[in-house]
Amino acid sequence: MKPYYILAALPFIAILGGAAFVNKIEPYVLGIPFFLFWISFWAVMSSIIMFVIYRLDPLNKEVEE
Amino acid sequence: MNSALVIIILALTLSIALGLMAKRGKDMSMEQWAIGGRGFGGIFVFLLLAGETYSVFTLLGTSGLAFNNGAAAFYLLAFTALGTMTSYWILPPIWKFAKEKNVVSQSQFFSSKYNSNGLGVFVAIVGVLALIPYITILFKSMGILVSATSYGAISSTVAVWVGMIGLLVYVMVSGIHGSAWTSTIKDVLILFVIVFLGIYLPVHYHGSFGGLFQAVNEFKPQALTLPHKGLSVSWFISTVAISAFAYFMWPHNAPTIYASKNAKAFRLNAVLLPIYALMVLFVYFVGFTAIVELPGLKNGDLALLELSMKTFDPWFVGIVGATGLLATLVPGSMMLMSAATMITTNVIEPLKPGISDKSKAFSAKGFVVLLSILCAFFSMSGSETLATLYLTSFSLITQMAPSLYLSLRKNNGITKYGSGYGMFVGVAIVLYVTFSKTTMASLFPSLPSVIQDLNIGIIALFSNILVMFIVSFFTKKSIAVESKS
Repeated sequence: MKPYYILAALPFIAILGGAAFVNKIEPYVLGIPFFLFWISFWAVMSSIIMFVIYRLDPLNKEVEE
Repeated sequence: MNSALVIIILALTLSIALGLMAKRGKDMSMEQWAIGGRGFGGIFVFLLLAGETYSVFTLLGTSGLAFNNGAAAFYLLAFTALGTMTSYWILPPIWKFAKEKNVVSQSQFFSSKYNSNGLGVFVAIVGVLALIPYITILFKSMGILVSATSYGAISSTVAVWVGMIGLLVYVMVSGIHGSAWTSTIKDVLILFVIVFLGIYLPVHYHGSFGGLFQAVNEFKPQALTLPHKGLSVSWFISTVAISAFAYFMWPHNAPTIYASKNAKAFRLNAVLLPIYALMVLFVYFVGFTAIVELPGLKNGDLALLELSMKTFDPWFVGIVGATGLLATLVPGSMMLMSAATMITTNVIEPLKPGISDKSKAFSAKGFVVLLSILCAFFSMSGSETLATLYLTSFSLITQMAPSLYLSLRKNNGITKYGSGYGMFVGVAIVLYVTFSKTTMASLFPSLPSVIQDLNIGIIALFSNILVMFIVSFFTKKSIAVESKS
């Protein structure tokens, strides 16, 4: 278990833990109601976080058969 | 015949032709037909996994859910983003084991891992059971799609039968290679159609996304957040949690996973798939536009098509229809093939050892035909929305996750009995609840709505896990004795 794997927990905490607090229409962000914006934002963050993990992890530098 | 229908029929012909071309020059054994000889690179695996995820359900079911239930539909984006991340850790060990043991199907994974033919038979049955509602969704969508885009000229019953025959021809001639190529075309088309509709429709009717949501907020403000009761926050959290947890448990994902060349492909996919899920956002925009523009619409599953027909010329409606058709064929063929592979490898082979490859392929194809006919009948009889069927399917596959995940560890404390009985209890609860239409609220009328609104799949999952551990604890010794003697 590598310590930076913990980063992957953030989107889970934000979406599952945050749902009760962000279930509202305002403020609109880019014209989108806040609840929908929050989920979309964390979908993007999920990819960014996985990209960081992918680059940090020596597993992905090996040449695999 | 209108131009929309011509385009749809052209798309069907083209995809069958592509399937035939993919087959040419390849000697297709069962392993070739099902998993393409384990030679697919990262991008091909991405295309197939995405191809299975974004089906005609994304177009019709998702916009329908947004139209009917508003913010509840956001759960699809949430669990897809979270679920696809797990690919990084869960899929490499699954792939590795499957490669070492020459596993070609989900049920064979279980029978091989737990060294039990009985468990393999059981998982094959559960897998097929879970695919039935999903294949039914596809046929139902096909009926909606063709009857709508033919502007009523073809009835949905005729559409389902014709579509089913089209799908069968497609599956028979192509195997996974045909799916990979058609999948590529389908992914480009579905991405284009969804993003185009999701931008064009709000801008056309309301000037901008902001304008759209202002209009929805005036017309039906409750659509933009989760309600206090029913599809509430606790429903949302429990549904996202179990769906993300079991994201890769679909039997039709298994062959794609095994078809990969290496484990790195799955780690790459954990990076690409979450952001790709944002495509669903544009489907929500379509559903929300329909809320304002089609206030009289009864069946939400028609929202995207009705709005397209109201806005565009028939030829463009034909493009939307053709996309829907490809988005039925690709996932549909993957589902039928995986069901056939499970039944062949885990039910027919153990019952008839030494069966020839030829009769194996024959029985696999015969099973595909039977299953299709069954689902075609279901698609005409039920009145459930597409989204309800999808949730049932998901609750069923979720039950496979606990004992599969635990079996990936070095020392698996779960026995074949624990795995089997746990799954049995979980599946039984889901089936009972589905057929009796029981809800948490009717079972526990006095509990607060936070608990009443929980997705019943999570109760099934917890019961499953509990039984799995208890039974494993009591059967560990007897298995140890068995293996000594």
